[in-house]
Amino acid sequence: MTMSRRKKIKWSFFVFFIPVFLWLFLLIVLPQLELLRMSFLKTDYYGESGVTLGNYLAFFTEPIYWLTFVRTAGYSILVTLVVLIIALPVSFYITKVADFKITNFLMVLILVPFWVSELIRIYGWMILLRESGVINHFLTSVGILREPVEMLYNDITMVMGLVYTTMLFMIVPIIGVMESLDDSLIEAAHDLGAKKITIWRTIIIPYIMPGIMSGSIIVFMLVLGSYLTPNLLGGKNSIWFTEQIYNQMIIYFNWNQGAAFGFLLLLLSSFIIWLALKLTKQDWRTVIK
Amino acid sequence: MEIALSVQNLSKKFGDFTAVKEVSFDVEDGKFFSILGPSGCGKTTLLRTIAGFYEPSAGSIKIRDKDMSGVEPNKRPVNLVFQHLALFPMMNIFENIAFGLRRRGEASREIEKKVNDILERVGLPGFGNKKIDQISGGQKQRVAIARCLVLDPSVLLLDEPLGALDAKLREHMKVELKKLQAEVGTTFVYITHDQSEAMVMSDHVAVMNSGSFEQVGSPQELYHNPKSSFVAQFVGNNNRLPVKVHKDERGNFLARYLDGRDYLLEGEYDLSSGEDHDLFIRPEAIVINPPKESEVSNLMRCEVKAILFDGGNSRLLVIPEGTNEELLVALPQNKQYDNIRVKDKVEIGWNKAAAVCFKKVEFKIYDDV
Repeated sequence: MTMSRRKKIKWSFFVFFIPVFLWLFLLIVLPQLELLRMSFLKTDYYGESGVTLGNYLAFFTEPIYWLTFVRTAGYSILVTLVVLIIALPVSFYITKVADFKITNFLMVLILVPFWVSELIRIYGWMILLRESGVINHFLTSVGILREPVEMLYNDITMVMGLVYTTMLFMIVPIIGVMESLDDSLIEAAHDLGAKKITIWRTIIIPYIMPGIMSGSIIVFMLVLGSYLTPNLLGGKNSIWFTEQIYNQMIIYFNWNQGAAFGFLLLLLSSFIIWLALKLTKQDWRTVIK
Repeated sequence: MEIALSVQNLSKKFGDFTAVKEVSFDVEDGKFFSILGPSGCGKTTLLRTIAGFYEPSAGSIKIRDKDMSGVEPNKRPVNLVFQHLALFPMMNIFENIAFGLRRRGEASREIEKKVNDILERVGLPGFGNKKIDQISGGQKQRVAIARCLVLDPSVLLLDEPLGALDAKLREHMKVELKKLQAEVGTTFVYITHDQSEAMVMSDHVAVMNSGSFEQVGSPQELYHNPKSSFVAQFVGNNNRLPVKVHKDERGNFLARYLDGRDYLLEGEYDLSSGEDHDLFIRPEAIVINPPKESEVSNLMRCEVKAILFDGGNSRLLVIPEGTNEELLVALPQNKQYDNIRVKDKVEIGWNKAAAVCFKKVEFKIYDDV
């Protein structure tokens, strides 16, 4: 009786497990392993020959590569911070201040832009911001500007675009945690003598820290791995590390080098996240919950 | 005696709804003052207005003679113990209690001394490093109170802090809280819907109904001399008998009950605005089968419907002859009444001085279905 029961559980477990396993293994793990193998191979004019660490070393010896990475990581951290600073008051307003009748409406307002593909949204920004775009037309016709200014293809526009495309992924986890924050905790702190800023520092932020960290990780990874927005809004002057990978693989057809860059991106971004979790004393398990 | 808290003509409106209507009271320094009322009577609004979370629509609040209008909650010398305690889950017990002291910018050595002192006082020495979820409900209670008391407030406000505890622990905490208050000597303003909590702990109780105070007095006064129908019903247990009051030729006031008989009343009544009254007789003021020679003013014939045995709090449920009404009568457990059975005919008697009678008014008490 117990034996057959146990067998049954095992059998049903495999029914659900195998599709997931196949999906993960065939479509994610295997290609990754293949890329990992490629990243250690040498390429010369006659094709692939021998094992090497040269692909990885190239990253450290060629300043253009690691400088691009540092730039990308720096801007990703900046974007994450900007998103966080905007998301905190917005989430607080939605969960604690706004009338519960309009809460859902406000959430829809935040969600709606994400029903449209990222490409379309970025083109929307380009229509607004380019030299012959809507904003320039308006400013020149009103007389604020004498002649149109190119607002695209610089770092500020790129950061703004990245903030815009990732905002939702910060607000949703923060709202999730902030909703469970009992209002009386805020009142109790106020009653015990805390000013508004102290309440944020000592009560609200420590309480929603798991939400902040999971939002930050999502936003950081999305920004670091994004290709479209930096490419379209940043133009040629602001090269993103993903573009280096693209260039290696598609333009130079150097898959080995591209694979190595891909793994470096994975390792370095994992390291940055690990460091952030350590610095904020957050537990990985509570953050991913 | 110095007045710790003085509230004068305080009103609070939310839109068209008036939650608190022209309430006035003074609390002397070091007293335990309770505000007792059914849920929705405005007692929490009143307390939150005193704490500073609401701005009063009219009237004034003075704490130790200082007017509090426009003073933010964090600047008031009062602290509030929240209904669900609102302990900070991200801090340990020490940090919870130290929170207010840190906001005042006190030296860390001073903070440590004060926190350990107060932990000792509430009976939790050495608990500082524990997390909030590691302690029991009663201990949380004491931490919440310690967190406020450590700031040495002029008035400590408590918003039904025993409501979330189970019955046994609540009984225990009642006594504990009273002892603690006597020990620290801080003025307590306590709100509750539980009349037993209010009676056991308080020096003075204000009974509140739909936004205004019905009566303020010591628990004994409220129990023995209720000034209104609502107070008579809400404080302690009471039987409510619908009666018509009239005056006989000798000038005695009599109450005619549904059984068609007249019962003697104490005092004078103004009958100009109708005869409909409610007569209140406490179960414990009623004697079962009073001896013939005793001097009870009123006797009523009833049939026993049920015996509600509850140890020292046992009662008899009786139906007065000729009515469908039910009355509760205290049933002393002294073996004298052990022979009473369901459907027995009994005579009940009470002294006219032990009953009170008020003009009929409609009101709702939450547990009065």
